[in-house]
Formats: sequence, C-alpha cells, structure tokens
Amino acid sequence: MKIVVAVKQVPDLQQVRIRNRQPVLDGVPFTLGKIDKNAMEAGVQLKEASGSNLIVLSVGNEEVEETIKEALAAGADEAYLVLDNKLVDMESSFSASLIAAAVKKIEDVGLVIFGEGSGDNYSGQVGSRAAEILGLPQVGCVCQIELEGSRVRITRSLEDSEEVLEVQLPVVVCVLGDINEPRIPSVTQILKAGRKPQEIIELSDLDLDLSAAKKVTTLNNLAPENDRKRVAVKTVEDLVSALQAEGFMGRK
Amino acid sequence: MVILIYSEKSELALELLTAARVLGKDIGTDINALSINNDIQAEELAAAGVKTYSIKNSAINLADTASVAGGVYKAAMQLDASLVLLASNRRGKELAGRLAQKLDAGCLTDVNGLQVINEKVQCTRNTLGGATIATQQIESNRQVIALAPHSFTAAAHLEGGVIQDLTIEAEASPIILIESRSKTGDVVDIEAADILVVVGQGMEKDDMVLAESIAKTLGGELACSKPVATDKKWLTEDRIIGLSGKKCKPQLAIILGVSGQVQFTVGIRDAHTIVAINNDENAYILQMADYAMVADLKVILPQLHKALG
Repeated sequence: MKIVVAVKQVPDLQQVRIRNRQPVLDGVPFTLGKIDKNAMEAGVQLKEASGSNLIVLSVGNEEVEETIKEALAAGADEAYLVLDNKLVDMESSFSASLIAAAVKKIEDVGLVIFGEGSGDNYSGQVGSRAAEILGLPQVGCVCQIELEGSRVRITRSLEDSEEVLEVQLPVVVCVLGDINEPRIPSVTQILKAGRKPQEIIELSDLDLDLSAAKKVTTLNNLAPENDRKRVAVKTVEDLVSALQAEGFMGRK
Repeated sequence: MVILIYSEKSELALELLTAARVLGKDIGTDINALSINNDIQAEELAAAGVKTYSIKNSAINLADTASVAGGVYKAAMQLDASLVLLASNRRGKELAGRLAQKLDAGCLTDVNGLQVINEKVQCTRNTLGGATIATQQIESNRQVIALAPHSFTAAAHLEGGVIQDLTIEAEASPIILIESRSKTGDVVDIEAADILVVVGQGMEKDDMVLAESIAKTLGGELACSKPVATDKKWLTEDRIIGLSGKKCKPQLAIILGVSGQVQFTVGIRDAHTIVAINNDENAYILQMADYAMVADLKVILPQLHKALG
C-alpha cells in the first residue's frame, strides 16, 4: 500500500517583511508549510508501523524540486511533483484538481494525508476538495491515525469533543498541527534526500481543463493599521493608574 | 439572491443569520436556514424569524463530511441557493471545501467581515499567516463563505419564522462513529471573556499562579500563546490564542512574556486595549500595545499582583 502526503511550498513567513503595509515577498525563500511537516511526520510514523511506501506529492513552480528535499529528508521514499512555472498563486480549487489528478496516477493509494491548512493562506480547502474530486471519504482535524489492516481508526479533535471514527481505506485525512512533533532529520537523511527518486509530472500529462475561470479574486492584501497608543509605562503604579483610567479596575 | 445558512451549532447558525441579514440590506435576499437531524435546532432557528428547512434522514452522518456536504448540496440545489453561508469552526471549515467542490463554487473560509460593493460580496480574511488582511471576492455563480465564529452577533428572537420539512436522499455513510467524548480538563471559552491575561514563553512556571490570580482579580480568564499549551503543557489547548487557536477581542488583554510573532498577534490584535510586559525592549508585542512596559516579569508580577490585590 502507498501513503501519499500532499504538501505545499510557502514563503518562509518569518522572513516576510511589511513595507508601507504591503508584504514584501521578493527574495523570501520557500519552505514547507508548518503543518505540512506534521503531515509528513504522520506519514513517516504510519510507514514505519505498516511497511508502506511513502510518497510526497506537491505542485508548484520549479523551486518545489528544492523545497521537497525537506520532505524526502523527513522520510518520504519518493516525490511526485507537478512542476510548471505557471503554477504560482494558485487558488484552492485549482491546487486540489492538480493534486487529485496526480494521486490518480499513483496505484494502490491507501491514505492521502494533508495538513489542515497551508502556512500562508490557511484556507483549509484543498484536502476537502481533493477528497471530493477523488470520490473518497475524508476526516479532518485529525489528532491520531491507526492503521488496522485495510481499515483505519482516526480521531478527530473538535473544539469541545473528540470523535473516534473507523473507515475502510482508501481515505483522505487532514491532520492538525498538534498531531505530533516532527523529528529533525539527521545529516545522513539530508544527504540521502537529494538522491531519492523524483517523478516529475508535466501539466500536459494531467487530464485537466487549465482554462477554467478564476473563482476568487484578491482585491487587496494589506497589513492591518497599527493605531495603538504605545504609551511606555515605567512602573507598576503607572500601569495600575492607566488600568483605572480605562475603567478596568473593580469590575469583578 | 437566495442564501442558505448551515451550521451544526445553533449559536453559530444564528450568527450566520445576522450576517445574511446584513447582506440582505444591500442586495435583495431570500434567506433560508437548514438543520439536519436536529429538531431542537430547527425550532431555535425558526424562533429567530428565518424560514428553516429541516432534513430528517438518519443516513446523513454528521461525523462524515462527505455525507453532510451531500445533504447541504442537495438542499442548496433544491432551493437554488447561490450563496451558502457556513461557520468556520472545525466542522464547518472541513465541510466548506467539500461542499464548494460539489457546487463548483468559489469558497472563502475564516472570513471575519463582509460587505456588499457593486452587488458583490467582499470578504476580509487573514493571509500570510496573519501578517496581512486580504479583501477577496468570489467570482463564480455559486459561492460558499465560511464565517469565523463570533464575527457577528447571534440573531435574537423574531416573529415570522417557519419550519418546513425537506426530503433529501442520502446513501449509507462509510464512516463509523466508534466513540464521541467530551474534551477533559477545564474547557473554557476565552473568546467570551472581557479581560484576558495572556502568558507566553517568557514566563516562568512558578509565576503562573500569579498570572492566574491577576486574571481572577480583574474578573478575566487566563490565555496563552501556542507553545505554552502544546510544548510546555502549562495550560490546556482551549486557551491558545493565535492563527491556529482562538481569535479573541476582549476589552483588555494583558500580555505577559509573549514576543509577538504574527501567528500569535492575529488572535489578539482586535482587543480594545492591549497591555504588554516583556523583558526584551525589541519585542514586537510592545509596538502593538497601548501600554508597553519593559520589565522582568519575575520582579514585576509580584508587584502587580500586590497592587491589584
């Protein structure tokens, strides 16, 4: 059986600066989304427990070839990449159709694992949309996955409760960031990553309508205005006076 | 425009109703609510004055997103709804993508503001991990918008609501619910608190008791940055503020020992008044505070505790 982990390369958010309320993305390196690393770790743990083959799948521009080495170092056996320099700023519905089309090219897929949201947009649609296109059941907000032969037991963590579910493979799961603590790859793993097989899929190899109209437009994208008072307070006395003046004392 | 609203949580569905009515002021709307296998909810929604369609079909499995999406999809088609409003809580967000795919709709999740401009619904939501706020609109004929919880107030009681049964066919669900259990520990709703004392990794564990006592004295709740709950496990996850936690807008937030990365600040930047105390004068959190104090928490917390006494 094969386990597929779908990941997205995102700009390293720690390095995004704001200038005149505009995000500056030039020169910001790409990395894997934070929760995507948890999705990878979940895949590695299931691979270790079941002896499955672990494939990392991504779509994007040619820089993905470099970014994906993080996932190969983390323990994926091989990468399937849909690469084209047109594939930037894709909307969720388009990413999902590319990922679903690529998954269809892989035989004997038991599990497709996504992070619950990408590091940059955090829209959380791609896993659900891909599951629908593939016609597979899905479970999101997953905090535990246990393979039991051809079935899988999954725990979904909601705001105020947890549900334990069971379903026949294949299934799509979207994992939470707190499902695990991703291991840091060893130097040997990192060195090996560059030699692991990468299957490059051309856009023309996928049965897709690339002319579909955009479903969502972004009118603007600005950092919020900071209109805080920014009063420097020196002593606890001053702080308490300020809280009093604002009417926060003696409310209880 | 025909709007269909759905959330499995009545309180959130009532917020969606308020949002739908806000849209209705600018574009003529026909608002319909949906409840699935939940008679009590259907009554609650109808009591808020909305036409409520009630599906009763035990084959629709709430734990199976595909199954729920199928039910909402069929209802949207029968009612010819062009806009489906969902809640962006965990279940709602999972549902949004699947439903949008079925409807061939554009979809926006975690939307925290809506307005109608030139007959289009413009939505605001956080992007780039919360560093920016994007204004986006859906261009496709059908739209799915999932609204962040508490972006709108819940609709109050209003006359004129009716309940109508809606017959929807559904296939058997492949997902079996083995067990559903409430989360253990002190489940607290920090989003509802007027005052929050928020602790970060700059705190020492010994001082947590002081922070808790300060929160209590002010009549507030204790909240935290993500690592305090997930790594240090000093507090439960329901107290996490930030992109992957809760987004709170208290009257007052006192933020102790949090550096202020955007993944955190996105969850608290709508607070009315922010007090930040940090020992690092370059900590970003001090720039987004109304009252900023550079100080060692070890020294300051006992003083503050005493002064608030």
